Amino acid sequence: MNDETILLAHGSGSRLSHELIEKNFLPSLANPLLAKLDDSAVLDFNGRLAFTTDSYVVSPIFFPGGDIGRLAVCGTINDLAMSGATPLYLSLSFIIEEGLTLSKLAKVVRSIKAAAEEAGVKIITGDTKVVNRESADKLFINTSGIGIVPEGIDISGANAKVGDKIILSGAIGDHGIAVMSQREGLKFSVPVRSDCAPLSKLVSQMLEASSQIHCMRDPTRGGLATTLNELASQSKVGIRIEEGNIPAHDGVRAACELLGFDPLYVANEGKLIAMVAPSDAEKVLAIMKRNRYGTEASIIGEVTDEHKGKVIMRTRLGTSRIVDMLIGELLPRIC
Amino acid sequence: MKFIDEYRDVELAKKLVSKIKQLSTRPTRLMEFCGGHTVSIMMNGIRQLLPPTVEMLSGPGCPVCVTANADIDKAIALAHLPDVIITTFGDMMKVPGSYSSLQQARAGKADIRIVYSTQDALQIARDNPTQSVIFIGIGFETTAPTIAASILQSENEGIRNFYVLCLSKLCPPIMKALLDLGELKLDGIVCPGHVSAIIGSRPYEFIPRNYGVACVVSGFEALDILQSIALLVEQIESGKPTVEIAYRRVVSPEGNKTALDLMESVFEIGSADWRGIGVVPASGLKLRRKFERFDAEQAFSVTLEPVREAKGCICGDILRGVKTPNDCKLFRKVCTPEHPVGPCMVSSEGSCSAYYQYGTDYE
Repeated sequence: MNDETILLAHGSGSRLSHELIEKNFLPSLANPLLAKLDDSAVLDFNGRLAFTTDSYVVSPIFFPGGDIGRLAVCGTINDLAMSGATPLYLSLSFIIEEGLTLSKLAKVVRSIKAAAEEAGVKIITGDTKVVNRESADKLFINTSGIGIVPEGIDISGANAKVGDKIILSGAIGDHGIAVMSQREGLKFSVPVRSDCAPLSKLVSQMLEASSQIHCMRDPTRGGLATTLNELASQSKVGIRIEEGNIPAHDGVRAACELLGFDPLYVANEGKLIAMVAPSDAEKVLAIMKRNRYGTEASIIGEVTDEHKGKVIMRTRLGTSRIVDMLIGELLPRIC
Repeated sequence: MKFIDEYRDVELAKKLVSKIKQLSTRPTRLMEFCGGHTVSIMMNGIRQLLPPTVEMLSGPGCPVCVTANADIDKAIALAHLPDVIITTFGDMMKVPGSYSSLQQARAGKADIRIVYSTQDALQIARDNPTQSVIFIGIGFETTAPTIAASILQSENEGIRNFYVLCLSKLCPPIMKALLDLGELKLDGIVCPGHVSAIIGSRPYEFIPRNYGVACVVSGFEALDILQSIALLVEQIESGKPTVEIAYRRVVSPEGNKTALDLMESVFEIGSADWRGIGVVPASGLKLRRKFERFDAEQAFSVTLEPVREAKGCICGDILRGVKTPNDCKLFRKVCTPEHPVGPCMVSSEGSCSAYYQYGTDYE
């Protein structure tokens, strides 16, 4: 079958540009705001807004468990959700390398549609640029998102309180290892799939269950270790975690053994950590376990007033060691 | 995870710890020679499990760390020559020499490429026939066979533009040098695992015989190390030091004959310059006459500024085991993984890096 490819003219503002949008984007993503095709989407709002942006440059663009489209929607939705916001609208901006096939682009657009529908958000504005071969790697996507923060919600990386329990929503390292094994052609007997997922519904269930959730964050680049260090220093508290309580799938552990990585530093795209008052921790954990993205959730540690700004882990052997931020670079272009 | 989790079994670890506690009656000073062991000991917090009678010192077994400033300066000078491509293991890039690092040289337009093996370096030589490709040949007996193989391959294929800056070092001779210095009063040595996979355990036999110091070859998992410590304490308490292997799944007394033959055919024993220790005779490898055309030092001449050591850096003392990273005024303050002053903070197997990353005595 003759698979059409993206030409520079697809980004030139010509008839071809309009065709690309009308044939490839609108049928999947249409909603009244987007379909107007005005220069900007005009919205009515009441309340506190959350606003975030992120660019996605993952290589390869398709990997086990997801692709750059799903990643671009989930990543931005999750950033909104981590501030307690209900995500509502996304912008979607493509930078396409000349020569990408339309079928690949269509596959990415289908993923975007599926992820946006799952999370109940709408794409309301967008842009497409095409650049010369080798001026980009196949496809880069930028998404910005806005959401509304419900009354009474105050979640921030600076809000962890001494005594808070730290809940992790599931096994770590799946995304980083899935992307890298796809890129390097590594095959493991237990295949590793990216955990890339929109967490907004999980978060809204958690927030309904408890008003005592002080911090939330998704441990993406730099992994769990780096995110915990960020929270320890932002909140000026110490963090103590238990190695034995941190789940990681066998495939991830084996790959890390082989490659000399520590799963604590490997990226996730569908996990969150929450700092919750001890009185509510078990309740929040139970709610999380009922959500498909929280079935493997566990309490991995607590916030202490000792060793402020540092993360200490009790190992399986019962000894303690420091867990520092990621130093340097672990894996190139994973998100 | 089969074949790994077995070596991390918590119950077995507890049994080994209580065995060590039972056996140990008097102050015992052990050194883990190898940087890989230092990392595992720090990562698993093994010192915290040992009775106060058992002291563990970290040794010089990190190939990047023991590379002398003079040799790093030489590598940087070679990198600045026209039509030269330097190939190196990544860890070497950030190591500061007297005046700069390979990383800084690369920023200054020198062509320096990170490789994962000598095979990668050889491929770069094949791909760039009009340029001279120099491999920075650091490492112990573990990497020397691969360097030997690349030289033989180069000879067979008639590759004319491949060279090695020969900095290979040998472990048993430096153990002897440390014992001769007599600074440490060691009772036992945790001998390196991967080096011993190549050389076997026989080359350590002079250590118990001549110095009365116990030796156990160890693997890298928590249980491997605890078992090795238990065996060392047992030898020391019984007053019968010898050489034992606690890493039978990888190491034999004879070592790897193929690798040893390969080394033997390409290299002969020569002196080597060790950071913190100085030039030690018969502790390194140099190319045999037959292969001297591959020797970067012979093929290229460079002028070098006088060697300088970084002010306040005690990497040399740390490598000899007489000081620990916590004794260094620069540690964690001026010297960090992002801004390393000495090589022990750069290399992933360096003591300073391991203490920085995992140590709980940070106050």
